Amino acid sequence: MKVLVAVKRVIDYNVKIRVKPDGSDVDLTNVKMAMNPFCEIAVEEAVRLKEQGVATEVVAVTVGPKAAQEQLRTALALGADRAIHVESDERVESLGAAKALAKVVEKEAPQLVILGKQAIDSDNNQTGQMLAALTGMPQGTFASAVEVDGETLKVVREIDGGLQTVALKLPAVMTTDLRLNEPRYAKLPDIMKAKKKPLDVLTPAELGVEVASGLTLLKVEPPAERQGGVKVGSVDELVDKLKNEAKVIA
Amino acid sequence: MSILVLAEHHDGQLADATAHVVAAAQAIGGDIDVLVAGRDLGSIAEAAAKLDGVARVRVADSEVFAHQLAEPLADLLVSLADDYSHVLAAASTTGKNVLPRLAALKDVAQISEIIAVESADTFKRPIYAGNAIATVQSGDALKVITVRSTAFDAVAQEGSASVEAVDAAVDNALSSFVGEELAKSDRPELGAARVVVSGGRGMGSGENFKILDSVADKLGAAIGASRAAVDAGFVPNDMQVGQTGKIVAPDLYIAVGISGAIQHLAGMKDSKVIVAINKDEEAPIFQVADYGLVADLFEAIPELDSKL
Repeated sequence: MKVLVAVKRVIDYNVKIRVKPDGSDVDLTNVKMAMNPFCEIAVEEAVRLKEQGVATEVVAVTVGPKAAQEQLRTALALGADRAIHVESDERVESLGAAKALAKVVEKEAPQLVILGKQAIDSDNNQTGQMLAALTGMPQGTFASAVEVDGETLKVVREIDGGLQTVALKLPAVMTTDLRLNEPRYAKLPDIMKAKKKPLDVLTPAELGVEVASGLTLLKVEPPAERQGGVKVGSVDELVDKLKNEAKVIA
Repeated sequence: MSILVLAEHHDGQLADATAHVVAAAQAIGGDIDVLVAGRDLGSIAEAAAKLDGVARVRVADSEVFAHQLAEPLADLLVSLADDYSHVLAAASTTGKNVLPRLAALKDVAQISEIIAVESADTFKRPIYAGNAIATVQSGDALKVITVRSTAFDAVAQEGSASVEAVDAAVDNALSSFVGEELAKSDRPELGAARVVVSGGRGMGSGENFKILDSVADKLGAAIGASRAAVDAGFVPNDMQVGQTGKIVAPDLYIAVGISGAIQHLAGMKDSKVIVAINKDEEAPIFQVADYGLVADLFEAIPELDSKL
């Protein structure tokens, strides 16, 4: 079966972000960018399905600016067969991305679409669910284990309080949680080979979608700073402070 | 304006999170209905009817909603949404699973994990693991919103809403429930606990987490963990506090053997008082801790236990 895997270019998760002085957004100039960590897990799962002989072709897709092709090349180096770039310089929110991805799903007709559960920039956790809705597919979100069984996808989901297993009728959409797998690193020869793999570029207009959002970002500000605390010298002092100063224990 | 709140419930009990989401609905203003969907909902609907500010509890009692699967629940919400200007749910795994599906079916954006209501169409929410706060305005006719429950105080339970059944003709050919495996705990729920004691990689092993038990019992605390402790296999993942786990904001948070990575801080930095116990005095956790103790946790925890 064909697997489509969506990836997003985001700020590297180790970077301490800065808010622009005018409060319009987060400052992304000269900041290290990378593939969203949950998307790495999605690519890894798609490649493992191929290695198991379940998937026959893995297609990586992204929606975003031209620079996002770097992340598609990373996906190709990790084992995806080809890539599709929906190029847009606009701010694309989850619904817009889901609409563009839905058109790609229509063209490619994959049996399984894998996304990360959330992007670490917007922290939305929406795109996979929205894509499932727009394509009329069932969704297996926050997956920590998956198994393809004929026409059914079994997904173990991480829910509050434990794990839930659901069976989905294929074609389906799933989103990855952290414990699904441990992503591999791209090897140098694979990075070289990835440069020759096909990468198609499309625009939202060519796909016939409008990626603009009903949301307006009015302001971005740093969170309230916590007041610097004190170091205590002993457990006795700690207990005393908690009882008498902070009054959080009796 | 009228607002529909999707009730959160587990094991036949209304979850505390619902009372917090109703508080967010009150901040928006308007008539508030609560939707309870599932099987055998009598006591849950009763508890929802007692929440202050709720006008009406709508009950969708059907086998198809029994396991809160996203596909039928989103279809149910779609069938009711035309009567409302806002649909709210807790930013729990259920809310996060269902509401974006509803939003896309209604062709509107979804606003995730709001922490403040500025007006009926403008909300604040954290982005970049809580390192920035965005103010967003929705131009959509229907606002679909998940609420970070720790950011709103629960409403009182002195209401008396009417309870009525929803005639829901929803079927589901797409997905089915296979089974679940829930962690058992006698302690307060992590998201709602007044005190949380969390262990990190410094705990060394899952076995060592037991030394937190007695302290937690004396403080009436829930026990949490950092992602490092979960990834190391010390404890199950539903104990994880962080950007990708649970977001908590207790009165007292005690971080034991936790370095304080960005991803962990995103889950606990709104706690009222933070205590850090770590032997590395350079650990970033000390930058957010109100009280820091540089000590070996294997000595400090038993001593703390004996002095409480």
